[in-house]
Amino acid sequence: MQKRITIDPITRLEGHGKIEIFLDDAGDVKNAFFQIPELRGFEKFAEGRLVEEMPRITPKICGVCPTAHHMASGKCVDAVYGVEPPPAAKKIRELVNSAFMTEDHALHFFFLGGPDFVVGPTAPKAERNILGVLGKVGLEVGTQVIQMRKRLRNIITTIGGKVIHPVCNIPGGVSRGPTKEERDEFLKVGKDAVEFGLFSLEVFNDVVLGNKDYVDLIVGDIYKHKTYYMGLVDENNKVNLFDGKIRVVDPEGKEFAKFPVSDYLNHIAEHVEPWSYIKFPYLKKVGWKGFVDGKDSGVYRVSPLARLNAADGMATPLAQEQYEKMFETLGGKPAHNTLAWHWARLIEMLYAAERLVELASDDEILSDEIRRIPNNTPDEGMGVVEAPRGTLIHHYKTDKRGRVEKCNLIVATLGNSAAMCMSVEKAARGLIKGGRVDDGILNMVEMAFRAYDPCMACATHSLLNTPLIDVVLRRPDGEEIMRLFREDNGNIRKIEK
Amino acid sequence: MAKPKVAFYWNASCGGCEEAVVDLAEDILKVVEAVDIIFWPVALDFKRSDIEAMDDGEIAVSFINGAIRTEEQEEMVKLLRRKSGLVVAFGSCAHIGGIPGLANFWNRDTIFERAYKEVPSVENPEGIFPRTETQLGNESLTLPEFHNTVRTLGQVIDVDYYLPGCAPPPESIMDAVTAILEGKLPEKGTVLAPDKSLCDTCPRTESKPEKISIKEIKRPHEITPDPEKCFLEEGIICLGPATRSGCGERCINANMPCRGCFGPITGVGDHGARSLSFIASILGLEDEKKMTEEDVQGLIDKIADPAGLFYMYSLPSSLLKRRKMV
Repeated sequence: MQKRITIDPITRLEGHGKIEIFLDDAGDVKNAFFQIPELRGFEKFAEGRLVEEMPRITPKICGVCPTAHHMASGKCVDAVYGVEPPPAAKKIRELVNSAFMTEDHALHFFFLGGPDFVVGPTAPKAERNILGVLGKVGLEVGTQVIQMRKRLRNIITTIGGKVIHPVCNIPGGVSRGPTKEERDEFLKVGKDAVEFGLFSLEVFNDVVLGNKDYVDLIVGDIYKHKTYYMGLVDENNKVNLFDGKIRVVDPEGKEFAKFPVSDYLNHIAEHVEPWSYIKFPYLKKVGWKGFVDGKDSGVYRVSPLARLNAADGMATPLAQEQYEKMFETLGGKPAHNTLAWHWARLIEMLYAAERLVELASDDEILSDEIRRIPNNTPDEGMGVVEAPRGTLIHHYKTDKRGRVEKCNLIVATLGNSAAMCMSVEKAARGLIKGGRVDDGILNMVEMAFRAYDPCMACATHSLLNTPLIDVVLRRPDGEEIMRLFREDNGNIRKIEK
Repeated sequence: MAKPKVAFYWNASCGGCEEAVVDLAEDILKVVEAVDIIFWPVALDFKRSDIEAMDDGEIAVSFINGAIRTEEQEEMVKLLRRKSGLVVAFGSCAHIGGIPGLANFWNRDTIFERAYKEVPSVENPEGIFPRTETQLGNESLTLPEFHNTVRTLGQVIDVDYYLPGCAPPPESIMDAVTAILEGKLPEKGTVLAPDKSLCDTCPRTESKPEKISIKEIKRPHEITPDPEKCFLEEGIICLGPATRSGCGERCINANMPCRGCFGPITGVGDHGARSLSFIASILGLEDEKKMTEEDVQGLIDKIADPAGLFYMYSLPSSLLKRRKMV
């Protein structure tokens, strides 16, 4: 007898996400599906638009990471017009992006994924949220998190106009640079952000690494997949969140490919399934072999731990120290542990804060030369950045008047879409045995996708975050056998029919 | 006394409106003190069944963002309408269609064809498209239907107030929440933002001449605009004259022209048509008498994507609503 478990809706997805788990006769997991029931069609309605408007249109893909889209699109329109922005413009863009990376990663640790560790995966559900985190680390720290985020987001507002959907990138540069006073403020915020990054790693060290149960969970098999990893690197193969070449390492950590974004179509392909509106990217040269890991499967992963795996180190000193410590603790590179994404995210946050200080200290950002007027006929171009949630590629082709004829987007979270399905399935398989499901299992299954901080999870950045989950066990004829749900106080209730 | 119940919901949107609520920062604690948030799928543990179990009108106010693109979204907003005393269309997409509304230049088939088959990265030789139902042995996986046309919230349910902006600024969110809590509500159908055009509040309005005349259309990257000067005077298309104020002139502060996210000023139905007629009225105004028909046409032709530019945020709420496709 086959049984079906529906988790609908899961939270922390932009819009709506759904998990379907099918059990075999013994009540063990046969297979599981992570479905995204939404699509808006940007790749189509970009057609006909003026290409310089794309940096203002594409951020609407995601209101949580609009800055990442604004940057990838800005670089893409430079390429379309064949114009090289002046050095000051590039630095100003990276500065804004660094402020964004820092606040976004901080938010995930304290508000979203972190509660599972800081408060604990087995803590009462009502506490497993930001309020529980405040209980652990104190209200003062909580206020500091809110303040830090506000100040970092103000940097984006200052240059980009709007923090939700910035507008400053144009073909050839930026529309506005900082004043001297603004630069001084950016530097102050950056220095505080470095302290804040170090503090966050201390919290992780004390609360997570100091607890053997958590460490066992991180290094355990339930949350492990041996896949390829992708991320941008600089000329020394160090992590670079803003520029460089895309590097891919194989599951043993050996370099598999390294290419400029202009070559992405030779390396990345996308697979379509009829049961989800999301596409599944894979390494073209390995091929799509289904939702499986290993060297023979083209499934790759992106975002924090993938980037650290794909690089040889960090380009800033404090982040490099933390990088070495993490891989030593995890038993070397590459690390395949999905839950270690949380750790890698904090190391990147420290790196981004250090980069923010470096860029704000650079007098060049005060230069008047922040844009170059394009002279060439627009044609075709690609742009890439590392969004918080992975390698993000924009690709536009235009007519001679700069109207978009074709647009293709490899959106960051998509890079993990196959892996998220696999992680959810593996966690379910490891945790659901003999048809038994309980409240602890629900959160553990959720943790499998939460580690990736999926970008569909846009607005999960909330103060009062309680996982929303509803599990229904049905007979094959659809009759309900059992229902598990969370009550207002966060406790799980089970109703057996 | 029980606190008023408040719901937040999203449709075809990006999550930016949710971020805007979180950007209230410390102020969100004041909101939580004053109201009982009984539904916010992104944040809280309440389900559709909880809403279904409520009495009609039990929710004081529902803030709904996003345009309506799928079957599931349509069902949810109809349910929320029944259960709510007030419905506020939150943000540009719910108000006038927003950027996702640009999809009304196309339809479901052309969007699917592009996204799942035609883009150069997709390998899909069998031409598989997502389906509302996929059979797997005895079981089936379902997806909500994707509509041909994007609609505004007001085209699907009755809306009491509109809170414009992409995204609405935190100050205007707080003002709206405060007005509702204090019962100081304007007439039904009001847009909760100043009844002025962006030009009226623009910091560059001082430099705007009495009569603007555009001699030549320029695109934002084609010149280095003077940060003190009116964009229109420099020949850069700015939707400020036809667009409602209240945004805090955020794009102007970043030295970029307005693209109309706050929608039209009061009394204007078709935002794009009004913007277009305004621009047309000032094109070559100074030398109008000397210009031939061809000269004027040549000027207009410099606008390479008039539909996309003038209707960037408002296509679904325009008179035509969408491009007609056979």
